[in-house]
Amino acid sequence: MKGGASSSTRRRLVPYALLGPGLVWLLLFFVVPMYFMGEVALRSGTLETGFQFNWEFSNFSDALSRYDENFIRSFIYAGVSTVLALAIGYPLAYFIAFRGGRWKNALLFVVVAPFFTTYLIRTIGWTTILSDDSVVVDVAGSLGILDLFQTLGFTDTDNRLLATPVAVIAGITYNFLPFMILPLYASLERIDQSMIEAAKDLYSSARQAFLKVTLPLSAPGIVAGTLLTFIPAAGDYVNVIFLGSGNQSMVGNAIQSLYLNLRDYPTAAALSFMLMAVIFAIVVVYIRFAGSEALMGDEEEAT
Amino acid sequence: MSGAWKWLRRNAIAIYAAIAIAYMLVPIAVIGVFSFNDPAGKFNYTWQGLSFDSWADPFAVEGLNSAMVTSLQLAALSTVVSTILGTLVALALVRHQFLGRRAANLLIVIPMATPEVVIGAALLSLFVTYNFALGFTSLLIAHVMFSISFVVVVVRSRLIGFDRSLEEAARDLGANSFQTFRLVTLPLLTPGIIGASLLAFALSIDDFVISNFNAGQTETFPLWVFGASQRGIPVQVYVLATMLFAVTVFAMAFTVWQQRRAERMAAMAPEREDDPYATTAAMPPAPGAAGG
Repeated sequence: MKGGASSSTRRRLVPYALLGPGLVWLLLFFVVPMYFMGEVALRSGTLETGFQFNWEFSNFSDALSRYDENFIRSFIYAGVSTVLALAIGYPLAYFIAFRGGRWKNALLFVVVAPFFTTYLIRTIGWTTILSDDSVVVDVAGSLGILDLFQTLGFTDTDNRLLATPVAVIAGITYNFLPFMILPLYASLERIDQSMIEAAKDLYSSARQAFLKVTLPLSAPGIVAGTLLTFIPAAGDYVNVIFLGSGNQSMVGNAIQSLYLNLRDYPTAAALSFMLMAVIFAIVVVYIRFAGSEALMGDEEEAT
Repeated sequence: MSGAWKWLRRNAIAIYAAIAIAYMLVPIAVIGVFSFNDPAGKFNYTWQGLSFDSWADPFAVEGLNSAMVTSLQLAALSTVVSTILGTLVALALVRHQFLGRRAANLLIVIPMATPEVVIGAALLSLFVTYNFALGFTSLLIAHVMFSISFVVVVVRSRLIGFDRSLEEAARDLGANSFQTFRLVTLPLLTPGIIGASLLAFALSIDDFVISNFNAGQTETFPLWVFGASQRGIPVQVYVLATMLFAVTVFAMAFTVWQQRRAERMAAMAPEREDDPYATTAAMPPAPGAAGG
């Protein structure tokens, strides 16, 4: 050990030395790219003549008027998928947390199992499940479900599921379901069972105990789960490629084809920028409304 | 009638959970089953007949193998880099009080809350602006970038439940700070670090969207599958996907088994204070550390 002053300076520098490499990586390859995306969004020109930066704000309004439908569709699909994932995930997470017993770990494992097959391939698996001569389409057809979907305006045919919004939403819901279930489980698992017993001792019915104790205590999980599902769902384009058609094109599809096929970088960058802005606005409003513990919460304080 | 109704009411949630579980597993089962398909045409979408050909020769498709090798190399490198960087960041965030800690926390959270398509597009904007050649290097940069945050979160959750008195004990017994770190802190952190690196590996090998933007001509496994999906996916893709699934399941089961064994050892030797696993077992396994 050296003298007091130099050793305390050194101690103060330790956290920065630890943070340094990781945060520099994130700054260089996450924050700086965001800046360049904003800059590219304000360029004008074509691929042939080259793109020049000249504060071309019209890129944003042009992109929005060309792709407004994609935008609306993305948020509707993401919203519906998030609600469905919550409806499927909450009872499952509840069951695993409170009734799982010694099967708890095995059940949790099943929840994350989809992650162990490649994202693309499990989406392709859905293509098989929903294909035109599949069992699902047969059964749904003979039960009148396909007719119902058409009557309700979910699809525009009465004999298939592929290339309809139903298939796209089913795929998105499936793909992001683990992101919903894991935070729900984590918050439910943490609930002290004696609180629920106390509610019952004080003559609340099972339903009241759930609504007044369990549900509020699992709120952080609901907030985290819905955000972790909604955000990737809104930016997704893979499910549309495999399960949908041009008529279901989402904003992600527009960004992907503008960047990679049409090479219209300014419009693509403007669209990505707006997608991110809208999502951030939604997240901020949602967290204001629901409280921030869910995301930063108890992991915030250090020693 | 009322008996059946009662039974149904009592078990409603179990039945619901069973259906949800089936929903989660069906696509995986379909992939496994269709790896034994004998497709008539180029598209492996309808069941034609049982065949073991693809399993007998899983590496028969040429481009697929090199894509798989690229994916494995990329995942290995990106796991090593992101696990080291992320663990250091987690140590700083949990152990130290410093100016800018909130900002650093935010910088870790925001990439996880950003849609992949935006991350991919932004990185491509950077690379295009500087005429940076797209390929393995740009992929590695991207994969390390999106893995760091997840590593930090997993290791941090391990560090928060950490019994610091063990480190104090080591110091009282004359260990210097490096020895304390190497002999006490690191072994106790190992399960968290292993969990984090498994997650980083899985994220990398699974990534399609960000790679789609930044790969140039380089093909990873998902990118190859995407290209092939236009012209027909060979059954071998299903075979490799099933293998990958089996290997990951095995790795997961192995870590869980190890943890259980450590717990049992700790339970059998309650007085042994110097057993580093004793505290490991006393802590509940971090949610999320299991992957996902």
